[in-house]
Amino acid sequence: MDFTYTETQDMIRDTLSRFLADTYDFETRQKFINSDAGRDPAIWTALAQELGMLGAAFAEEHGGLGGGALENAIVMEELGKVLGIEPYLPTVVIAGGALKAVGGAQADKFIPEIIAGNVIVAFAYAEPQGRYDLANLRTTAKKDGAGYVLSGHKSVVYAAPWATHLLVTARTGGGQRDRDGVSLFLIDANLPGIVRRDYPTVDGSRASEIYFENVAIPADALLGGEGTALPLIEQIVDEATVAVCAEATGVMQKLHEGTLEYTQQRKQFGVPIAKFQVLQHRMVDMFMEVEQARSMTIMGTLKLDLPAAERKAAVSAAKSKVSRGAKFVGQNAVQTHGGIGITQELAIGHYFKRATMIEGQFGSADYHLDRYEQLTLAD
Amino acid sequence: MDMEFSPEDLAFQREVREFIAENYPADLRAKQDEGEEMAKEDFLAWHKILYKKGWVAPAWPVEYGGTGWTPTQRFIWSEETARADCIRLLPFGLAMVGPVIYTFGTPEQKAYFLPRILSGEDWWCQGYSEPGSGSDLASLRTTAVRDGDHYIVNGQKTWTTLAQHADWGFFLVRTDKDAKQQEGISFLLIDMKSPGITVRPIITLGGEHEVNEVWLEDVRVPVEQRVYEENKGWTCAKFLLAHERTGIAGVAASKRGVEKVKAIARTELDGDKPLLANPFFKRKIAELEVDLTALEFTELRSLAGANAGKGPGPESSLLKIKGSEIQQRLTELTLEAVGHYGAPYFRGFGEGDNEHPIGPDYAHRAAPTYFNTRKTTIYGGSNEIQRNIIAKMVLGL
Repeated sequence: MDFTYTETQDMIRDTLSRFLADTYDFETRQKFINSDAGRDPAIWTALAQELGMLGAAFAEEHGGLGGGALENAIVMEELGKVLGIEPYLPTVVIAGGALKAVGGAQADKFIPEIIAGNVIVAFAYAEPQGRYDLANLRTTAKKDGAGYVLSGHKSVVYAAPWATHLLVTARTGGGQRDRDGVSLFLIDANLPGIVRRDYPTVDGSRASEIYFENVAIPADALLGGEGTALPLIEQIVDEATVAVCAEATGVMQKLHEGTLEYTQQRKQFGVPIAKFQVLQHRMVDMFMEVEQARSMTIMGTLKLDLPAAERKAAVSAAKSKVSRGAKFVGQNAVQTHGGIGITQELAIGHYFKRATMIEGQFGSADYHLDRYEQLTLAD
Repeated sequence: MDMEFSPEDLAFQREVREFIAENYPADLRAKQDEGEEMAKEDFLAWHKILYKKGWVAPAWPVEYGGTGWTPTQRFIWSEETARADCIRLLPFGLAMVGPVIYTFGTPEQKAYFLPRILSGEDWWCQGYSEPGSGSDLASLRTTAVRDGDHYIVNGQKTWTTLAQHADWGFFLVRTDKDAKQQEGISFLLIDMKSPGITVRPIITLGGEHEVNEVWLEDVRVPVEQRVYEENKGWTCAKFLLAHERTGIAGVAASKRGVEKVKAIARTELDGDKPLLANPFFKRKIAELEVDLTALEFTELRSLAGANAGKGPGPESSLLKIKGSEIQQRLTELTLEAVGHYGAPYFRGFGEGDNEHPIGPDYAHRAAPTYFNTRKTTIYGGSNEIQRNIIAKMVLGL
């Protein structure tokens, strides 16, 4: 049992944190998220080519640094600290995770492209009727000659406007909520018949509604078995879930630090408001949530390799705790700032917005407590 | 970073399991299962077995009788003793005054007291709180006035846990009335059989005689029973508080506690289903387990820090706050789970009284334990004081 980071892991964190301090200050971020493109593509290229950061979680045989989930967590936490909108989660954690799990020619071909920063993948899994149920799918992929024809509507696909590729869940068989019949496809984002409606998200990113209108996709787009991909999808979503827990930890830390700093500057009744015990205790409670989010992220990350039932219970425990902590820290950061906290002017409000979206990402606290109970508290 | 136990750790875990299985006293186990209040000899029985084995003070440095275990081994030890529901060793000697003595004491104090703490020969109590000094401990008014080779101690202490059994007490006393509050305090070891000491019981909500008032009237204490310098007792007190806070997280015991509540909730019926199937009750259990996991991994991270040579710091206040809240929630859920049979008041097996308590075995201590456990957020520095400590020492406010 060992709870320390390796030197390489420390180095990854330091390198990334220095790079982001130089390139990702709040004003710069606001500028590029409000630009037409909604991002600065040079940052993604630099992450890949100058820092080698996109390879941190991949095996050396694919040109990576040999890391895994812990490296993903480190990168996500640092991105959380600067409200990074870089598509690391869908590209590296999710698509990269699926490719690592599947292996073979697809991994050999695609992972080096991810590491080089040549591709951006968006994860098209959610549907309007499906809420957090990964198997609740109306999107279909029908066999057509050697390939498939894809039809359906995917909701709120983060990073889709920037994506070169889409990772899509679809039914190749079974009823709308069956565990069987679910397949996973990695496809070119610009195939004929893919219609996107792009929009900004409340937390500074970009997303799309995606409509697949009889999109012809090749047979080798299939990742994993036809109709048997749900366990793989659950696994990569669990990996993504602890990765957003890591991001949340970074966001929450900044919310807490920003609040500490503000209360020491802001004077009322002739003293800095940090002198008031009621606010001190509130900030201690926020601190405890940040620390527990960090603990739960580590717990969830370390348990990703366990058998599915244990992995899911651990991830759900982590996400339920982090979701609630993110809400608590976000709301209290705004409350402690007072009026200025609900304006666009200070960074704090923007951290609050991201924290709020993380609460529900890959399942709310209630969803994850339900899943936890089903796995561990059968009567 | 990984959670795997090494082959050596796994072997150690097996050794510990076997040792407990072979050596834990059967009559003590029976008494625990009956939910009886523990007597002095019950606490000492397990202590003495561990002393013989050399395992009574895992946290102590080896030179003073510690085991030299790695933090992982200590983690395994606390997990295994909790899993087997072993009685908790009393902290006053082993976890409190012992570390103060080996850290600040004279060679003579170490040579005399430490072996007696290890063997269980001396039972210790803690003379800190006073009627007028609770959270504001440094305002304490018990005085020690120098008279040749002795101090003459006068005052009153309160909430003194198990002082009715104690051979020795460690006391905070004021040796300089004119100094600033924290600077005029000394740390004295006092023989509880000294003339002038009176111990009076305080009966708490569950009917237990656990805490006491201790009156000190012209008690003569040899100067060589002062630990560390005169007027520097607050240094020892702060050191001890940090130690007290770490153990207080009680993760392993609470894990065991959760299993017990779940077992009750599988037995108790709610309609035609076990109580554990009730979605509201089940949700409370789930939340408790989640919070306990968060506490466990926070403690493990803190242990990793300790491994790297950092002692228990002010962040251990977090462990105290969350650990004590969880202990309370456990007792609350237990009481809720037992339903009607929380109400009958069982006085314990007195002399010639072997009436079996009313209701299921797991029920009759539920309410007293719930009442009693309200103490955990109050003692060892109340949770509000712990928040002050974090605000000041960690957040820099």
